Amino acid sequence: MAVNKVVSSFDEAVADIFDGAVLLIGGFGGPGECPSYLIAAVARKGVRDLTIVGNSGGWGAKRIHELRERMASIFPIPPDWYDPSLLVERGQVRRGILAFPAAPGHMLTPFEEAYMRGEVELELVPQGTLAERIRAARAGIPAFYTPTGVGTFVAEGKEVREFDGRLYLLERALRGDFSLIRAHKADRYGNLVYRGSSRTFNATMAGASRVTIAEVDEVVEAGELDPECVVTPGVYVDRVVVRPREPRPWHEPM
Amino acid sequence: MAGDRLDEQAMALRAVKEFRDGMVVNLGVGIPTLCSLYVPPDLDVIFHSENGIIGFGPVVTDPAEADVDLVNASIQPVKPRPGMAIVDHAESFAIIRGGRIDITVLGAIQVSERGDLANHQLPGKAVGSLGGGMDLAFNAKRVIVLMTHTTKDGQPKIVRELTQPLTAPRCVQLIITDIAVVEVTPRGLLLRELVPGWTPEEVQALTAAPLQVPEDLKVMELL
Repeated sequence: MAVNKVVSSFDEAVADIFDGAVLLIGGFGGPGECPSYLIAAVARKGVRDLTIVGNSGGWGAKRIHELRERMASIFPIPPDWYDPSLLVERGQVRRGILAFPAAPGHMLTPFEEAYMRGEVELELVPQGTLAERIRAARAGIPAFYTPTGVGTFVAEGKEVREFDGRLYLLERALRGDFSLIRAHKADRYGNLVYRGSSRTFNATMAGASRVTIAEVDEVVEAGELDPECVVTPGVYVDRVVVRPREPRPWHEPM
Repeated sequence: MAGDRLDEQAMALRAVKEFRDGMVVNLGVGIPTLCSLYVPPDLDVIFHSENGIIGFGPVVTDPAEADVDLVNASIQPVKPRPGMAIVDHAESFAIIRGGRIDITVLGAIQVSERGDLANHQLPGKAVGSLGGGMDLAFNAKRVIVLMTHTTKDGQPKIVRELTQPLTAPRCVQLIITDIAVVEVTPRGLLLRELVPGWTPEEVQALTAAPLQVPEDLKVMELL
């Protein structure tokens, strides 16, 4: 039977996500690259005790609303942007492995507030180390040495080793149960291309979990994606689900 | 009576003077992102951003040109530029860790006289954000800090020993502030430039580590 990784709904795409799962959530911190509909589906499913892995723990509905109004004249923010803070605000997250959990300035993100209430644990990771730990998981490499963090809190409890006169930390690969990622176009094999800066952690996380689920703008016929330009080969992708053509703001009562 | 302090735009303008043709430059969050607006048209600088865009143009100022899928590390829309390349996050940090960044311009909470950098956790906050700053501070060929000389309540940010959490030890080489340019050397801090209207004594009074004043101390020129 012909391979076809396209599933028909976001709820079906996340149906096997379980309590306590480790979710690698793609994106960087902006709306364009965020797997918003997958995050909303995980929120609807109501699974709990999640570990979220990614750059940011999200900004929070209130902050996103403020940004949308304040930025309207310079940067149109889509109405269907749901970031990992949706899961934090609903109490579904137990732990974050993040590079950018705290908002710049004195504003607090939902993750910071939950941390201060003692509801979530945090492993604060340098962004490059986070990316490489995820890449290593995909590549079957259990650990690697990086110079970043030697002599700081990041080095606590880690092996330090000298190579060619410089000190390095041993960092472990970070594998997820599910990678939730956003891409631009896919085919039925799960080959993916991205658009602009939305590639970021999305392409890094593809294949770094037991199951990789890609939220895409469009599915095209096999053969339409130029093989020279495919960024993520379909071997890394298990499911593909298409975003709605018109933005579908979610008004489900929280 | 001390002179005026530079505004953020003028600080960015001064930082841009460190850039040379062909350099790969990464701009941190905050004031440093303004640098992309002040690169002269004949200076061919390749901007790198943590989220994987390389060789992008200035920050967009006209909303009609904003693309949600072309943003810098501060999530500001930027203009595309001929010669631009896009990579994923792991590759973006391979570029950083591999030593390909000629200059990174970072904001800071404190810098010590040895060039230790604190820039990831604001005083009074329970949680910090490392972002890409730690990788940049450890691995860029040259780390320039661009910051106000003092905190909002007037406390010096250049100190003998950090009192805020360490982001990276002995990494900062040049500090550009709203009143001076200070070089970090193995022999201590050298006062290189003064903003017009300021004296060495006035800058020293706002600096919590000793500044050496060389004979070739200059008045800062922005253009």
